[in-house]
Amino acid sequence: MAVLSPELREQAEAMKARYPQGRERSAILPLLYLAQSVEGHVTRDGLREVAELLGLRTAEVEAVATFYTMLRLRPTGTHVVNVCTNLSCALRGAREVYAAAREAAGLAPGSEVSEDGAVTVHEEECLGACDAAPVVQVDFANHDRVDPDRVTEIVAALRGGEVPEPSRGVAPRDFRHASRILAGLEEPS
Amino acid sequence: MSQTARIVTANWGDPNVLAIDGYLAKAGYEGLRRALSMTPAAVIDEVKASGLRGRGGAGFPTGVKWSFVPQDTGKPTYLVCNFDESEPGTYNNRELVEREPHQMLEGLAIAAYAVQSHTAYIYCRGEFLWPGTVLQRAIAEAYAKGFLGRDLFGSGYDLDVVLHRGAGAYICGEETALLSSLEGFRGQPRLRPPFPAVEGLYESPTLINNVETLCFVPHILRRGAAWFAGVGPEKSPGTKVFSISGKVERPGNYELPMGTPFRVLLEEHAGGVLGGRALKAWTPGGSSTPLLTAEHLDVALDFESVQAAGSMLGTGAVMVMDETDCVVEATRRMSQFYAHESCGKCTPCREGTWWVSRVLARIEHGYGRPEDLDLILDTADNMLFKSFCALADGAASPLQSSLRYFREEYEQHIAERRCPFTGEGPGGVALELGPDEMGSPGREPSEPVFVPLGEVLR
Repeated sequence: MAVLSPELREQAEAMKARYPQGRERSAILPLLYLAQSVEGHVTRDGLREVAELLGLRTAEVEAVATFYTMLRLRPTGTHVVNVCTNLSCALRGAREVYAAAREAAGLAPGSEVSEDGAVTVHEEECLGACDAAPVVQVDFANHDRVDPDRVTEIVAALRGGEVPEPSRGVAPRDFRHASRILAGLEEPS
Repeated sequence: MSQTARIVTANWGDPNVLAIDGYLAKAGYEGLRRALSMTPAAVIDEVKASGLRGRGGAGFPTGVKWSFVPQDTGKPTYLVCNFDESEPGTYNNRELVEREPHQMLEGLAIAAYAVQSHTAYIYCRGEFLWPGTVLQRAIAEAYAKGFLGRDLFGSGYDLDVVLHRGAGAYICGEETALLSSLEGFRGQPRLRPPFPAVEGLYESPTLINNVETLCFVPHILRRGAAWFAGVGPEKSPGTKVFSISGKVERPGNYELPMGTPFRVLLEEHAGGVLGGRALKAWTPGGSSTPLLTAEHLDVALDFESVQAAGSMLGTGAVMVMDETDCVVEATRRMSQFYAHESCGKCTPCREGTWWVSRVLARIEHGYGRPEDLDLILDTADNMLFKSFCALADGAASPLQSSLRYFREEYEQHIAERRCPFTGEGPGGVALELGPDEMGSPGREPSEPVFVPLGEVLR
């Protein structure tokens, strides 16, 4: 079965049209986000369909997709919890926040997705909000000044099917919805 | 600094400026209106005369950069706004956009007019989901008012603006890597020359400016070059939005005149070191700029003075460490970042960042050897100025500077076979969190591997 529905294919053509004629390859990141928004991560089929839309080989698209950390090429939780552990956050206790997030998700060493499939916990580089350290993102919505107790609550809420209010802006419903927003298809609502 | 002397953050207390009507009430888009009544060359001259220097890290004179963009090449000219803010410790671009997106858009439109570009791309960092949305809404508002799109202010000038979201790669903040990414490739830097001004996006003339730089532009057009040139030191005029974080009482973005002493930023604005502890080390411009120490409290924060003190102003991102923080661990964490973010194109960077982060991990965890310190310096020397872009140079900064000022702390780790701050290591308490090869917790703890690194690298 195709990853992209006829409706999404139409939107894919609109994404390509954001760039000059002959330069449609520039739409590769939005198109990969589009594929990710359907399947929750970028699958082989997703790579193939993006390649076909751009007249590229699958390997060329894969070479691009593997470069970027926000494109996930392996099974991913419904929600992605990014914990910044870079210096400013580390100085404010991010190491413990990351460990608490993993514990709340029940992650065994070496794994990153909770057994119920609800959350992926990811150690993140600087998220550009160091005044609010330690910073955690849930599906790329920011949570400021998170301590181990708060991240435990956040992960528990996500595993219970709730999306906690972010510190600013509007939270995407889940990682697929975030990918849809990143593809430029809609605003958070 | 008084309220009136702030330029690009002057409206931060006013939530109305998020929307275009609130921005217009603050003389918004007046700079663009004035620019469009001038010739493009006169706009460039005005920005040149202001002395504005790029705020993205390099400090290159903005007007001069604009004048490098050739006209009549027969190709379209592109403008790219670099909103891929990812230098550790840096967060002023995000807040400038989140609070007053039209200020940046106005600056962008003026810059585009000056170089006669009709298509502008804003490369927005992928993780900035919300700021990107704020910007998308602002772009739609500006189109609706006729400030973007066709025939701006009846001048006959057209400009389209496209928001392009990245997907998580620090290297894409480097301008040639950004262009590769925007063209749909892996974000890997290109050799210069040709410089982007001549051959940038789609092999066409391209002007690339940082968000903060563009935010100053409307004010210069509205209030004149002489006014701007009169603020701050002669060679680095204007203000700078300093991002301060880490061990301070009040982390935040503070707009101060260039040349403000670090002591003023730390003590008067950020409320001093957290808990009244002693200052140990700080970065003047993100993790890619060499560490400075308490000896440097009175260094003036401008391009020349910070350089004279042995570091760089960079993005003006100050990360503060206090007496209880371990410099070896801080350096290890910064090195982990560079190892993760190296794009892999150039061998000195790809290999150097990875090996050195492992050497630092073993020192931090009590398995270091005395010869490791020279090994780190040797590796740094082999990384510095030997790659296509400055990522490897940035990676060398914390290595060299931490060893310059804190060599004894490294030696203590090695002699005591533990971290003197956490006590962790074979010479102290067991490691609480097992490090993997990158030193991050959560994976199977493993014994550090003793490859004879020195021999491998030589």
